[in-house]
Amino acid sequence: MSAEQPGPAAGGPSARRTATLNHTIVSAIVEGSPTVVTFLAILAAVVLGGLLIAFSDPTVLHAWSTFFADPGNAFALAWDAASGAYVAMFEGAIVNPHTVAAAFHGGSVGAIFYPLSQTASNATPLILTGLSVAIAFRAGLFNIGAAGQWVGGAIVATYLGFAVNLPPVVHLIVCLLGGFAGGAVIGWLVGELKARTGAHEVIVTIMLNYIMYNLLSFLLSTPTALQEPGQSNLISPNLAANARLPHAGGPPPQVDLGFLVGIAAAVGLWWLLSRSTVGFQFRAVGANPSAARSAGMDVERSWVLVMLLAGGLAGLGGAAVILGPLQQLTFNSYGTYGFDGITVALLGRASPLGVVLAALLFGALHAGGTNMEAATQVPSDIVEVLQGLIVLFVAAPPLIRAMFRLRRARAAGLEAVPKGWNP
Amino acid sequence: MKLELTGITKRFGSLVANDHIDLTVEPGEIRALLGENGAGKTTLMNVLYGLVQPDEGEIRVDGKVVTIRSPKDAIAAKIGMVHQHFMLVPVFTVAENVTLGMERTKALGLLDRRRARRDVLALSERYGLDVNPDAYVEDLPVGVQQRVEIIKTLMREASVLVLDEPTSVLTPGETEDLFRIMRELRAGGRSIVFISHKLKEVQAIADTITVIRRGKVVGERPPTATDAELAALMVGRAVQLRVSKTPAHPGDVMFDVRGLTVPGEHGKPAVDDVSFEVRAGEILGVAGVQGNGQTELCEALMGLRPTAAGSVLVGGRDVSNMAPRERLRAGIGYIPEDRQEDGLVGDFSVADNLVLDVYDRKPFASGIALNLDAIQDNAVSRVAEFDVRTSSVATPTSTLSGGNQQKVIVAREVGRHLKVLLASQPTRGLDVGSIEFVHRRIVEQRDQGVAVVIVSSELDEIYALADRIAVMYEGKITGFRPPTVSADELGMLMAGAGGDGAAPDAADPLDPAAAGGLDPAAPDGPDPAGAERPDSAAADGQP
Repeated sequence: MSAEQPGPAAGGPSARRTATLNHTIVSAIVEGSPTVVTFLAILAAVVLGGLLIAFSDPTVLHAWSTFFADPGNAFALAWDAASGAYVAMFEGAIVNPHTVAAAFHGGSVGAIFYPLSQTASNATPLILTGLSVAIAFRAGLFNIGAAGQWVGGAIVATYLGFAVNLPPVVHLIVCLLGGFAGGAVIGWLVGELKARTGAHEVIVTIMLNYIMYNLLSFLLSTPTALQEPGQSNLISPNLAANARLPHAGGPPPQVDLGFLVGIAAAVGLWWLLSRSTVGFQFRAVGANPSAARSAGMDVERSWVLVMLLAGGLAGLGGAAVILGPLQQLTFNSYGTYGFDGITVALLGRASPLGVVLAALLFGALHAGGTNMEAATQVPSDIVEVLQGLIVLFVAAPPLIRAMFRLRRARAAGLEAVPKGWNP
Repeated sequence: MKLELTGITKRFGSLVANDHIDLTVEPGEIRALLGENGAGKTTLMNVLYGLVQPDEGEIRVDGKVVTIRSPKDAIAAKIGMVHQHFMLVPVFTVAENVTLGMERTKALGLLDRRRARRDVLALSERYGLDVNPDAYVEDLPVGVQQRVEIIKTLMREASVLVLDEPTSVLTPGETEDLFRIMRELRAGGRSIVFISHKLKEVQAIADTITVIRRGKVVGERPPTATDAELAALMVGRAVQLRVSKTPAHPGDVMFDVRGLTVPGEHGKPAVDDVSFEVRAGEILGVAGVQGNGQTELCEALMGLRPTAAGSVLVGGRDVSNMAPRERLRAGIGYIPEDRQEDGLVGDFSVADNLVLDVYDRKPFASGIALNLDAIQDNAVSRVAEFDVRTSSVATPTSTLSGGNQQKVIVAREVGRHLKVLLASQPTRGLDVGSIEFVHRRIVEQRDQGVAVVIVSSELDEIYALADRIAVMYEGKITGFRPPTVSADELGMLMAGAGGDGAAPDAADPLDPAAAGGLDPAAPDGPDPAGAERPDSAAADGQP
């Protein structure tokens, strides 16, 4: 009779084991580090990053080589280098005091907000890919494929953006929906493969990333597809004016409507996860698939649905970048948005609000990094280092606890009784 | 060796786990430590074994005060411990496991394997442990693994053995073996501290029973003390050990299982052509030693496991091809065997777990929007009604005690209007008070006209609840019996002997008169097969 159960994963012991492993890792990410630890991790990364900036500066290094002749000078120079870099970063990401002063003397008021605008612009795709990874996390799945789903969304949004002609607002909406759909198809494929065959989503998403990169390369080199006619480079035509996201203030990289799309997606996802039956099901499946199954939930269907949504969000991220700052698709457009999304979801502990905050932090680091590179000799690569350090510290709460001598949050003793013969 | 603990006090924050506990264990004595889950038994033993440092009190060995700061100190003081969860390396042999941490070496640092083998064999023979030193631990049944743990303590020359809930993982037969070994050890002059919350077991094996409640010693009793007296001491009030229930008034057939076959591993069916009917207002108890297909049967009945053949009808409606959700909707309530793995989402709040299988129905949802107020109200009233001890309904269920977790599941399942209630090992690991509570609720469901199936490996539980007993052995139902059947006969059926053969319906289980009354097929006389059967069933069964 019911030998044709949906998917061999149903009740299979190995499926159960991987689900439990996933759950362990996911709960470690979601609940492992309290907010304090996150903040301390950022602080520790900033301090370590400062040391790195100081000691990669030739002037500072020279001063240290003559340390015993003039120790004060060595410290002062190191401090100057690090603080100078961070000040430049702050001015590029949050606010530059010079523009405020200028505004009082008849300068542009809009210029005051330029750094913040850049931060928001940089944060937009990270919010969307971060949400994509986060929602999958909550259902117990690792979406390593936000990069490929981003490409899927970008391809569809780009094609709709230059190949069709529609009235103003409609064209934009069609392009955004197309971007969502383009990513959703890729995500759905992953979920469907997992539900039907038990294929692990990590493997499938990683492989799909390569497939999507190569598909993008193929389409961009095919004039009948996405390549701009008469071009030999991998580049698409410019988008139609109606398909572009309206900008606040000046030209890109100032913030555009995409930021609001990202915020709206975060709010929607918050509602879905905490206030809807669908989110209840996702969370139950993520926290304990066996209990979810026993309670009558369709675990496999949840996987498919959550991957479809995750793909859609990453695809929307692709659309937001193309329709916003880039306005045409090239082979390098995908950048590191997909993988930064994993970092953002991790730092934001897979909650929508956390993702938005983490994405804004990373957006600020990128915006500030660009300014820092222009204003000082410090390469903007230091931003990548800072991101890496933050994640390293967040992922290793015991390290942070040891560094700052924090007590474990939970009362010691009751549960963590060691057992064994020779401890 | 005489062991004395005086004034042991251990506090965890505001919780006093041990409150001035005095305990003296004489040489050659089996001392039972009886108490509910969370009474402080394990904490006390962790103090003794150096895993936890006491805030007050002292430990004396043969009159001399010893300080035990780590298990190493405890081993040096000749105290050995067998934990609930074994500390063995599965891919090592018994001899290797036993010598781990105290390896003897020959010249050039080579392991002296032969000596390790010889020592294990010697101990095994002396105490009748029957352990092969060359067997790999992963291949051994749980009961034998436990004996390996005991050998480990003996190799370290322990005079006092602490056994922490040793029977919770054993079948009745293995329990009887363990008791035999414990008596041998006692005869060898060693003393044993036996931790348990099962009355029958401490009565069967202990020389003296110390009862602990809320961290305090509330009494010492000889093993001749009655069940009721011990239970009352343990819980702090009079407890009904056997829920009072009126004779069943079975109505129409409500749950009809026909020829159910579930494929198992190695081509042998896990459930083999099982058929039974349960009437409304009747409890069918499915008895059997763990691992004879009960788990697979329950999962197949819920649609959680694919079946090869057979049909399942609820109130005449065929649910055989339905998904778990539809079966729940069709009126089956399910209390799974493993409450933490299958019954609850541990990270979810009590409130969320109370709606885990109805979260998408009115009044808890409208459309896809959850109605948080309704979920909250439901939780508050259920927690009060079912006496779930939790600080709030927002508390994650993983932090509740086993008894309270089970109450959450029972509250959820009986809260729906059920036609059938399927409960697998509903009181496993629960203390006396919680068992009473869960049993009372199950009988209540029966009296409301629900067809109830209880799957249990505890004969006590089967006797307490069942209006009719089915016995499962190797995936088959070997017989139906009335609840008046002797424990000997049930034990025989559970061991696969004396069954009704291939015709499980031969005893006419559907005739309420036969089911409730005398069954001519139930011999009370001595039976040759009964002599070989481990007589733990007698200890567990009716007085």
